Amino acid sequence: MDMKKTTLSALRKSLDEKQISAQELCGECYRAIESGEESIGAFITLTKEEAEKAAEKAQTRIDSGESDFLTGIPLAIKDNICTDGIKTTCASKMLENFIPPYDATVIEKLKGQDYVLIGKTNMDEFAMGGATQTSYFKRSHNPVDTSRVPGGSSGGSAAAVAAGFVPASLGSDTGGSIRQPASFCGVAGLKPTYGRVSRYGLVAFGSSLDQIGPLANTAADCGALLNVIAGGDERDATSAKLPKEDFTGKIGQLINGMKIALPKEFYGEATDAEVKEAVMKAAKELEALGAVLVSCEMPSLKYGMPAYYLIACAEAASNLSRFDGIKYGLRGEGKSYGEMILDSRNRGFGEEVKRRILLGNYALSSGYFDAYYRKACALRQRIKAEYEAIFELADVILTPTAPTVAFKIGSDDNDPVKMYTADMLTVPVNIAGLPAISVPCGRNGDNMPIGMSIVGRRFDESTLIQMADAYEKEHN
Amino acid sequence: MKLYPTIGLEIHAELLTESKVFCTCSAEFGGDPNSRCCPVCSGLPGTLPVLNQKAVEYIIKAGYVMNCDISRFTKWDRKNYFYPDLPKAYQISQMPRPVCLNGYVDIVSDGEEKRIRINRIHLEEDAGKLIHDERTKQTLADYNRCGIPLIEIVTEPDFHSAADVTAFVEKIRLLLQYAGVCDGRMEQGSLRCDVNISLAEKGAKELGTRAEIKNLNSVRAIGRAIEYEIYRQSELIESGAKVIQETRRFVDGSGETVTMRSKEDAQDYRYFPDPDIPPIIFTEEEIRGIKSSVPEMPESRKTRYVKEYGIAEKDADSIINNKLVCFFFEEAIKAYNSPKSMAAFILVELMRRINLGEADMNNLPFEAKDFARLVEIMDGNKINRSHGKNVLRSMLESGKKADEVCDEEGLWIKEDLGQAEEVIDKILADNPKAVEQYRNGEQKVFGFLMGQANKQLKGAASPNAIKEILEGKLQN
Repeated sequence: MDMKKTTLSALRKSLDEKQISAQELCGECYRAIESGEESIGAFITLTKEEAEKAAEKAQTRIDSGESDFLTGIPLAIKDNICTDGIKTTCASKMLENFIPPYDATVIEKLKGQDYVLIGKTNMDEFAMGGATQTSYFKRSHNPVDTSRVPGGSSGGSAAAVAAGFVPASLGSDTGGSIRQPASFCGVAGLKPTYGRVSRYGLVAFGSSLDQIGPLANTAADCGALLNVIAGGDERDATSAKLPKEDFTGKIGQLINGMKIALPKEFYGEATDAEVKEAVMKAAKELEALGAVLVSCEMPSLKYGMPAYYLIACAEAASNLSRFDGIKYGLRGEGKSYGEMILDSRNRGFGEEVKRRILLGNYALSSGYFDAYYRKACALRQRIKAEYEAIFELADVILTPTAPTVAFKIGSDDNDPVKMYTADMLTVPVNIAGLPAISVPCGRNGDNMPIGMSIVGRRFDESTLIQMADAYEKEHN
Repeated sequence: MKLYPTIGLEIHAELLTESKVFCTCSAEFGGDPNSRCCPVCSGLPGTLPVLNQKAVEYIIKAGYVMNCDISRFTKWDRKNYFYPDLPKAYQISQMPRPVCLNGYVDIVSDGEEKRIRINRIHLEEDAGKLIHDERTKQTLADYNRCGIPLIEIVTEPDFHSAADVTAFVEKIRLLLQYAGVCDGRMEQGSLRCDVNISLAEKGAKELGTRAEIKNLNSVRAIGRAIEYEIYRQSELIESGAKVIQETRRFVDGSGETVTMRSKEDAQDYRYFPDPDIPPIIFTEEEIRGIKSSVPEMPESRKTRYVKEYGIAEKDADSIINNKLVCFFFEEAIKAYNSPKSMAAFILVELMRRINLGEADMNNLPFEAKDFARLVEIMDGNKINRSHGKNVLRSMLESGKKADEVCDEEGLWIKEDLGQAEEVIDKILADNPKAVEQYRNGEQKVFGFLMGQANKQLKGAASPNAIKEILEGKLQN
């Protein structure tokens, strides 16, 4: 079975029609991992023993004719989503041996359907990075070209799908961490509306920006996975209490007459010509399907990246303060509490994490708060307003996901500002709390995948999936 | 040079909610170390706080009894600092938008009525406790107290003596107890006080340099610490030295205050809005509803007791100064409406037993209505009044009802007037000399004759009836 081509609904059918058992499917995943993982480095922890048990339990459920959509379906989970009894490291030395005593809400939901956890995927340390190169454990490689990065921070989750290790996975997206690796690896990745999916059990990076979301081979699969993980949660006060919805419900409806905005700033000089060309070509294809292209502006895009880094780092500096060596995680040495905590954090955190903690604390410190944090919040309001203005004119926004295709491993490691600039097209979506899906829209001259992002109104994931699906069906 | 002290307070009061402010753990005092904490209040990664609505209700009640404006819009902030008793390394508190603003409380100090202005009251979480084990030289953390809801009451610098402050603290404690939001047990730390104090010449335009004395946990300690601080600062100023702005600690044994940390060590808490807790917007109806559920305050009860019941002011004070006594009194007069005799019997006999340690107001073996029944029996002359206190003691010891005790001990006065006449006739016949003396104007022999009758009748008739019969017969 080629997991690269398969969809979740096809797997569901095979399982329910007994063409394959849950155990066999699970075995397929580990066979693929055995042969390919060494060159990819998608996983931090493989959970084969637990997976076999879960597959057996799932098969019993399938045999009793009571399967849910994900019963027996193997998935990979980013290693910043807490799994009861299974290491959750955030790719950090700090949490190298941390085993949470509880499941994230999304994991509870998946378990409720008897999914099969294949393993915990590699990521940038504490989700800080865009290439999955800052993990304490290993670098991840792009399955399309292993000399290149898979993107990040959910690089392991994207690579695991692209390599055919699993049919789908969960990642988290604070500033593009699902969409950008999906784009780099040539898979689909959905960042839901802020509040759509419970954050309970997701180790926080930027609390006002973080969302858990799916990565899969198709937009429809992303929608199907979102169906399972979405929903209000009493343990997350920022989750939205909305009626249950089938996010794949609009699939197949005509996109005729729907308006697609193309804000010109996203197609500026910083974006590669080949990337622009591929996305514009996709826009024309959608136009051919009856959609109306609308040109518009987003003048504050240039402020998105700095505003994002100030807000995300400020929140991260506070969120990561709990790693002090007292309760769990790496315990440093020292004669006093002060020395101990200093040593714990000095040895436990990598360079990029330290850089962002410093940046965040600087932005929050007295005397600088107004100039940095408060100004960033004001820009956040402006960017939100500009999105709202665009959604007066259009139903969705179409942009390149990233300015470039996946770059070579080692090429940008030492230039944080260049690394941060690579996020400029994805971060405004998080700042505004909007949903966005990235789907592949062709390849460049080096045969590397290019991704385009469809951004929608708050809680309008259904439309994104409808349009992305229409494109996929037309294009393939 | 006459120096004049100016004092402001920060009072921390733990709220009496059943569960903690951001999780569902029990908020009860004590418990085995770390038996009342969960992943949320022990700050495990991925967990999120969810605001306890009861705590919000309680702070609104507290604000109401202190005449504060209740903010229609309120939000929470993070106060960031490292300390081993603070598992998240930030305290969720409120900075620019507290629930309550601009209140006042009237006190009587040195016989003079004074109005103390309240600057603000905000809701935050308590930290854990550290236990220093001298034997092993280890410091252990107990997180049971982490997340107990706390309100911080900040006053204006309206106090000018220790007496002002102690009167205020007593008053606040009473108000919070009556509002049902805090038990006010300073010895258990549920009410704690920080004192800011400075000295300057009376009428001076600017206040002197202040010292802050932290964590005073009894009214007596507050009074002593202020007296000492006035002495210390006066000595400094009068000798030409300067008061240093610093945080000091009160040493109970010596009655002195000592330096804890200087202003230079002051931390930058890097406050910023907590992204995990959405702001609250109250409607007027919600605020009105909460205010209307606040029971009558002690001041108003006192007025009622004096004006409507004719209870002496001093006795009314004694009743209201202890909420348990006051609520007991009001329950008792619901069962038997004789406030004066009820108040007297509570304040004299019941309080005597309590002061002797024979009973505990928190844990009486009978209800107020059972106590009221005893007073009713006494007032109705159903038993000899002097037996009342013994019946009370039996009730306290055995938990039996008053009627039961009177039955068992044969205390009932039976009013057998026929027998009384017979006995009295016989007494008069046996004591002709006494009869003659009485008729000659020697009133005191009446007492002798009464005594004889009481003794021989053994409760077969009430003293009043005996007196009436005896008088009648002597006058014939």
